[in-house]
Amino acid sequence: MASVSPTPVLKDELDIVIPTIRNLDFLEMWRPFFQPYHLIIVQDGDPSKTIKVPDGFDYELYNRNDINRILGPKASCISFKDSACRCFGYMVSKKKYIFTIDDDCFVAKDPSGKEINALEQHIKNLLSPSTPFFFNTLYDPYQEGADFVRGYPFSLREGVPTAVSHGLWLNIPDYDAPTQLVKPLERNTRYVDAIMTVPKGTLFPMCGMNLAFNRELIGPAMYFGLMGDGQPIGRYDDMWAGWCTKVICDHLGLGVKTGLPYIWHSKASNPFVNLKKEYKGIYWQEELIPFFQSVALPKDCATVQKCYLELSKQVKAKLGKVDDYFNKLADAMVTWIEAWDELNPSSASAEVANGPKK
Amino acid sequence: MRKPPTLLSLTIDIALLNLSHISDLSFLPDHVLLELFLRTLRAGKLTEKILKLFVATGKDEILSLISELNIQLILTPVLPTINIRDDEVDIVIGALHLDLTSFMEDWRAVFSRFHLIIVQDPDLKGDLKIPGGFSFDVYMKSDIESVVGSSSSSVVFSGYSCRYFGYLVSHKKYIISIDDDCIPAKDDKGELIDAVAQHITNLMTPATPFFFNTLYDPFRKGTDFVRGYPFSLRSGVQCGLSCGLWLNLADYDAPTQALKPGQRNSRFVDAVLTVPARAMLPVSGINIGFDRELVGPAMVPAFRLAKEGKFRWETVEDIWSGMCVKVICDHLGYGVKSGLPYVWRNERGNAVESLKKEWEGVKLMEEVVPFFQSMRLSQGAVTAEDCVIEMAAAVKERLEPLDPVFARASEAMVEWVKLWKVVTSRLSNSAA
Repeated sequence: MASVSPTPVLKDELDIVIPTIRNLDFLEMWRPFFQPYHLIIVQDGDPSKTIKVPDGFDYELYNRNDINRILGPKASCISFKDSACRCFGYMVSKKKYIFTIDDDCFVAKDPSGKEINALEQHIKNLLSPSTPFFFNTLYDPYQEGADFVRGYPFSLREGVPTAVSHGLWLNIPDYDAPTQLVKPLERNTRYVDAIMTVPKGTLFPMCGMNLAFNRELIGPAMYFGLMGDGQPIGRYDDMWAGWCTKVICDHLGLGVKTGLPYIWHSKASNPFVNLKKEYKGIYWQEELIPFFQSVALPKDCATVQKCYLELSKQVKAKLGKVDDYFNKLADAMVTWIEAWDELNPSSASAEVANGPKK
Repeated sequence: MRKPPTLLSLTIDIALLNLSHISDLSFLPDHVLLELFLRTLRAGKLTEKILKLFVATGKDEILSLISELNIQLILTPVLPTINIRDDEVDIVIGALHLDLTSFMEDWRAVFSRFHLIIVQDPDLKGDLKIPGGFSFDVYMKSDIESVVGSSSSSVVFSGYSCRYFGYLVSHKKYIISIDDDCIPAKDDKGELIDAVAQHITNLMTPATPFFFNTLYDPFRKGTDFVRGYPFSLRSGVQCGLSCGLWLNLADYDAPTQALKPGQRNSRFVDAVLTVPARAMLPVSGINIGFDRELVGPAMVPAFRLAKEGKFRWETVEDIWSGMCVKVICDHLGYGVKSGLPYVWRNERGNAVESLKKEWEGVKLMEEVVPFFQSMRLSQGAVTAEDCVIEMAAAVKERLEPLDPVFARASEAMVEWVKLWKVVTSRLSNSAA
């Protein structure tokens, strides 16, 4: 058997962003895997509360006061009382890669009983190419033991850089409120041993519970929108970021992977509370999906920021009539990019070097 | 006066009624146990679980009675709860080898319910050896010629393409086709996979090509659509094609196999997923199922390499027809699924030897893929036949200048549709 080179740890190139409003006890279980890395904790809710971080972790913590102080008036784009606030962590990070995880997600076990190092798998996913232009029926061809199948064009076998690695969840699956109400006892027990690239032109629901991305390639697109307190909608933050990100990745020739790694999702949120939050999203979604499916970004949008700003214009133009919320959201998207560029000056002018645009 | 029932027989009556709740019979005296066993038999209540209970007592009388009566535990494949009418399915086998005995025996438990169409590769001389106990029809070179005509045709049914003749003459709704060098595989729990049942399940449950579900097939037991999946897209569309996978020898091309001669696919990925609309994929003909009513005419045996051979990696006929089917499914709003079931693919042949032949398939694929990716059919094309004709015209116009093989492909596609119409109408006339 061919020897496999070990996955680089990347401990100085990756930040772990964790939004929390309760506590960080879950970090104890992750200690063997997370301890080498720097954590960015975004504390949501009451800033006067002290969130205790377990000893031995290297971290920086931001509460609402910090966010307001750092961003000033631009802080309006960061949600309050919703895990969407996590995107502040992406903005303030200086690293190349981000891994974000929810505080009710624990280490899962694979079918052999071995504990899954989710972070290591995300790194593997991000460091190997994606294949968005042609679907490989044996899934990720760069995984050990797999390859491109017969009929896969050779010219497409180099792949493109991977911008996003979307992981999955065992135990409590990420269902919406109506499904939770109908199937409160359903647990995801099926371990699907695959990673695959979401094809170009295809949208998917991106869940923020177990997510990693290349901040240099796609960071500015990972804005999690206006959710929570004072907003008409919740639990669509990651969905919004996912649709924007996918559209921009497709435009810039970057790849998005989904599948492994699994984490163990322990907490089922209250479906009635969820229903209230999601309610508007469920029917707005019917307008949003056709919008994103038909978005066309002009060729001269060659950076993520330019793409995102163009997207915000189209949101205002086409979705403003669905609800005034989208006008506010479009403005917030612009504020987000302005804030991003302020906090990340060197990336503002850099053209993203990436694969061929198809 | 009628004799009153004995206490023993009353007890046995009650035991019989509650047999399903009893977990241990070893405490029963032998004569009672025997009486219970005989009554169970007479009442028709001897299920697998209850038989095991009796066997577990270890009592000689019971065991010898079981072997005298030739009572056997039969392992039946786990069938899906969807009601498949056996008469809606044809299993089409392209015979590239004469002796199909071990192949058919290996698949007996799965195939024996269904009708089989076995098409002998017209280049294969000799008589096929097929074991008994199956319901099948065999088609040979002479049969093919009588339908197609021995002159012409641009449609060539030799080698792996012989199976398309089976697709043509079938009049069932679902067709499952497996290469004759594959046997049933085992899943991750060590159980034999009923590939036919899985293909049928795939074809009978909706597909979801317009939005990707991150938990894969949402209609599978134990899973569903995830948060963020638009509700209006949750009823799905009909599935036209089901592409299965292979353990052991995966369907790699010759260069890949030559580079990695020892690589075997041991990863069992427990998922079926819909390949999204407008995403192209390489469809392998080794292990497929399709809805003949929906996409039959789109399964075109049109693309033959000049030096096409008798090993899978010396052909691309299925890749071509697969891309036609995908474009057509995308246009007509049908789905294409990929993933389960797995079959176990045996090894034969030497990929390096194949490399020595001129590898034109690789070159041609490079031209072909952009063509299919950008292929758009007109609104007027509303049947699979219409779509194939339009595609044939586009192939002629855009690909023929690149290589003469495309001119032949285009002609074959047109010819195929003609054949399809003739044969289908003949069948429906005779059935009427």
